[in-house]
Amino acid sequence: MGRYVVRRLLQMIPVFVGATLLIFLMVNVMGDPIAGLCGERRCDPATAARLEQEFGLDKPVWQQYLTYMGNVFTGDFGTAFNGQEVTELMATAFPVTARLTLIAILFEIAVGVTLGVVTGLRRGRPVDTGVLLLTLVVISVPTFVTGLLLQLLLGVKWGWIRPSVSSEAPFGELILPGLVLASVSLAYVTRLTRTSLAENRRSDYVRTAIAKGLPRRRVVVRHLLRNSLIPVVTFIGADIGFLMGGAIVTERIFNIHGVGYQLYQGILRQNTQTVVGFVTVLVLVFLVANLVVDLLYAVLDPRIRYV
Amino acid sequence: MRTTTHAGRAVCAMALVLAAAGCGGGGGSGDSSAVLSASWGDPQNPLEPSNTNEVQGGKVLDMIFRGLKRYDPETGEAQDMLAERIETSDSQNFTVTVKDGWTFSNGEKVTAQSFVDAWNYGASLRNNQRNAYFFSYIEGYDQVHPEEGEQTADTLSGLRVTGERTFTVRLSQKFSTFPDTLGYAAFAPLPRAFFDDHDAWVRKPVGNGPYLVESYTRGSQMSLRAWDDYPGDDKAQNGGVDLKVYTDNNTAYTDLLAGNLDLVDDVPAAQLKNVRNDLGDRYLNTPAGIIQTLAFPFYDDAWNTEGATKVRQGLSMAIDREQITDTIFQKTRTPATDWTSPVLGEDGGFQEGLCGEYCEFKPDEAKKLIEEGGGLPGGGVTITFNADTGSHREWVNAVCNSINNALDDERACTANPVGTFADFRNEITDRKMTGPFRAGWQMDYPLIQNFLQPLYYTNASSNDGQWSNEEFDDLVDRANQETDTAEAVGLFQQAEEVVRDNMAAIPLWYQNGSAGWSERLSDVELNPFSVPVYNEIKVS
Repeated sequence: MGRYVVRRLLQMIPVFVGATLLIFLMVNVMGDPIAGLCGERRCDPATAARLEQEFGLDKPVWQQYLTYMGNVFTGDFGTAFNGQEVTELMATAFPVTARLTLIAILFEIAVGVTLGVVTGLRRGRPVDTGVLLLTLVVISVPTFVTGLLLQLLLGVKWGWIRPSVSSEAPFGELILPGLVLASVSLAYVTRLTRTSLAENRRSDYVRTAIAKGLPRRRVVVRHLLRNSLIPVVTFIGADIGFLMGGAIVTERIFNIHGVGYQLYQGILRQNTQTVVGFVTVLVLVFLVANLVVDLLYAVLDPRIRYV
Repeated sequence: MRTTTHAGRAVCAMALVLAAAGCGGGGGSGDSSAVLSASWGDPQNPLEPSNTNEVQGGKVLDMIFRGLKRYDPETGEAQDMLAERIETSDSQNFTVTVKDGWTFSNGEKVTAQSFVDAWNYGASLRNNQRNAYFFSYIEGYDQVHPEEGEQTADTLSGLRVTGERTFTVRLSQKFSTFPDTLGYAAFAPLPRAFFDDHDAWVRKPVGNGPYLVESYTRGSQMSLRAWDDYPGDDKAQNGGVDLKVYTDNNTAYTDLLAGNLDLVDDVPAAQLKNVRNDLGDRYLNTPAGIIQTLAFPFYDDAWNTEGATKVRQGLSMAIDREQITDTIFQKTRTPATDWTSPVLGEDGGFQEGLCGEYCEFKPDEAKKLIEEGGGLPGGGVTITFNADTGSHREWVNAVCNSINNALDDERACTANPVGTFADFRNEITDRKMTGPFRAGWQMDYPLIQNFLQPLYYTNASSNDGQWSNEEFDDLVDRANQETDTAEAVGLFQQAEEVVRDNMAAIPLWYQNGSAGWSERLSDVELNPFSVPVYNEIKVS
C-alpha cells in the first residue's frame, strides 16, 4: 500500500510538468497580453517594453516556463497585472471555491446516493420513473438557467435568500449556489448508483447474503451498496476537480469571488501568471483526488489490493 | 439641477447656524451619515492616479482626489478646484498657484511640490505608468520617458517649484487648452506617504478628495467614508459609499431589485426592456463622452486609394444607425452626426449634423458611391471586433446586415470576431487589419481636442488606422496655438471637417451612461464620463 502510494506520487511529477507546460504554451499562444493593458490606446513602446520585462514576457517561452517552474517550487506564483501576488489571489479564491465544492459534493453524496438507492431497489415503480424523469430534466437544463431561475425566484420574488453571495462567502450563503453547481452531477450520481445497484442485486454474493438470512438493511448497505459505489466514487472523485475549475458559470451568477472568477478574469485579461497559477493548483487537485479515489477502491472492494 | 443643489446647501448652512446641528435627517434632504452601496468592477491596474485608465479605477480616484481643475458634473466644463489661478501669456509657459488651506486626509498640506512630485512620478519611465503620455506635452518628457532605451533624467525639466503654492510649467509646444486637461485624474497631487511607502499606499490609498478609504479588500470591496475635514465646497452629502465588486452586471441589477444594493451604474443590455417597469423614475440614461466608430487600415493599400474615400462614404450611408440604436440598444445610443460627443456642448465643439448626408441612411446613394469608388476592395468587407464585452457582436451583425441589404449583396459584409480585447488590440498594433474595425473612444477630458488629436493626428497614440493628412495636422497645430478658446474650437471643427471629407473613420453612435438606484437614494446623476457623482447622492 505504502509503496503503491509512493509510486503514484512519483508518477504525478511527469503529469504535472506536462500539464503545466501545455497550459503555459496555450496561454502564450493567445498573444501579447500587454496590448490590452492600456485600454483602447496603444501602450507607448517604452512602457510596453518595461511591462514585458517586469512580467518576464520578453524572454523565449521555454525560458519563461523554466523560470516560472523554478519559482513555483519556491512558492512564488508571480504577480497579476493589477499588482497583486497570485498567491494572494489564491489565498482568497481557493477557500471560497473549496467551500462551494464541498457543499456540492455533500449534496451529490447525500441526495444523489440516497435517490440512487431508493430507485435502484424499486426499479420500474412510480418512484423510479419519477426520479428518472426529474434527473433527465435536471441534466438537460443548463446550469445557468437553473441558477438564474432560482436566484430570481428565491432571491428577488420571495426574498428567502440574498441573490448574491457576500465577499466572505460563509457556508450558509453558499447552499443554493452549491446545489445549483451540484445539480447536473447530482443527477448523474443518482443514475449511476441506480444502475450499479440494480446490476449487483442479481449477483451471487448478494444472493448468498440473503440466503444466509442477513437482515435486509445489512445486505443493502454493507454488501450491495459498498460494491456498487465503485463507479460512483470514481465519478465523484473526478468531479471534485471539475467542479472547482468549472464553477465559472455558477460563480458568475451568484457573484462568488472564487477560482472560477479569477480564471475568467485571468483569461479575459490574458494574464498568464494568474491563469497558469490557478490551473496548476487545479491540476494538483485533480491528481490528488484521483489518487484518493484509487485508494478508496481497496476500502470498498476487499478483492482489490495494491502492492 | 446644479442650482437647486446649491440652494439646498444654503438652507442647510442656515439650519446649521440656527440649530447648531448637522444638516440632514428629516425632510428628504437625506441622512448625511448614511452609507450607500454601489456596484463596482475590479480595477485592471494598480490604483495610482497616473496608472488608471479605465472607468472602475477612475471612479475611486474621482472620490478620493481633487486636482487643480474639476469637470463640472453637469456641463463638463473645466473649473478651478485646487487652482487659485493658472496664468499664461503665450500658451506655452504656465504659472500655477495652488489654493491655500487644502490638505490630504492624513493631514499633510497640499503644496505645489505635491503636484510636481506626482507629475514627475507619472511621467517617469521607471514607474511603468500607463498614463504617462498625459505628461508628454511638458518639456523634458523625452528625457524622462524616451521612446526607447534608458531615461536620462529623473524629473521633467519643464516643471519648477517657485514657492510653497506656486509652480511653473513649460510645455514643449504651444497648447492653449492645456489648463483644461488638468482635471484628469492623472494630474492629481500625491502625498509624501505615496513615495515613502508605496505598497502601503496602494493597499489603502490616501488622497485629498471628499472621501477617504476606510478599508479595501482587493477584488471584493472598498469602503469609502465621507472625510469630515474636507475643505472643498463639494462635501459628500452621504456618510460614505461601499463599492462592491460584481463579476456580472446582471447580478448587480438583481441585487438592486432584491434590495441588497443601492446603486448600479451599468444597467445590463438584457434588462433595458424591463428597467422602466422595474425602477420607474429611479433610472437614468444620459449621454456620456463615448463615441463608437469604424476605423480603416490606411496602411493597407486597398484602403488608401483615391476611390476608397467614396467607398468609405458609401459604407457610412449604407448603415441604418437609427434602426440599430432603436432595436439593439433600446435608444441607449444616439446616432452620431459628427466625430465628437454631445457632452461637449455647442461651445465645446460638438456640432450636430457636421457629418451631413454621409451619416444618413441612403441605401441607393450608398450603392452608387461605392460603385463610383471602384467597389469594395476584394468584393467585400469584414468588420473586426472583440467579442468578449460590450455586446459588440450584436451591433456588428446589424451593421453588416444593413450594408448587405443596401448593396443587395449577401456577401458584401461579414463579421470577424476576435476572442479577447487583448488579442484585438494586438492585431491592431500589429497592423493586421484588412478592413474596417471597431474603434470606440471614451474621452479623457471633455475637450474637442481629445476627440480628434489622439485619434487622427499623424502617428498619434490612438490613430489605429494610421490615417495621415497634412491639412488636418496643420489645423490641429494652429488650434493648439490659439489662445482664444472659441477660435481654437473653431479651428478644431475645421479639422473635423477634413476628417469628414476623407471619411477617416465612420461615426456610428454616441453612447449613453445608465444608472439605476434604490428608493433610499435621491439626487443621483452621472457626470460626462458616465460615472455617478457620488458626493451629491443623498441617502434617506
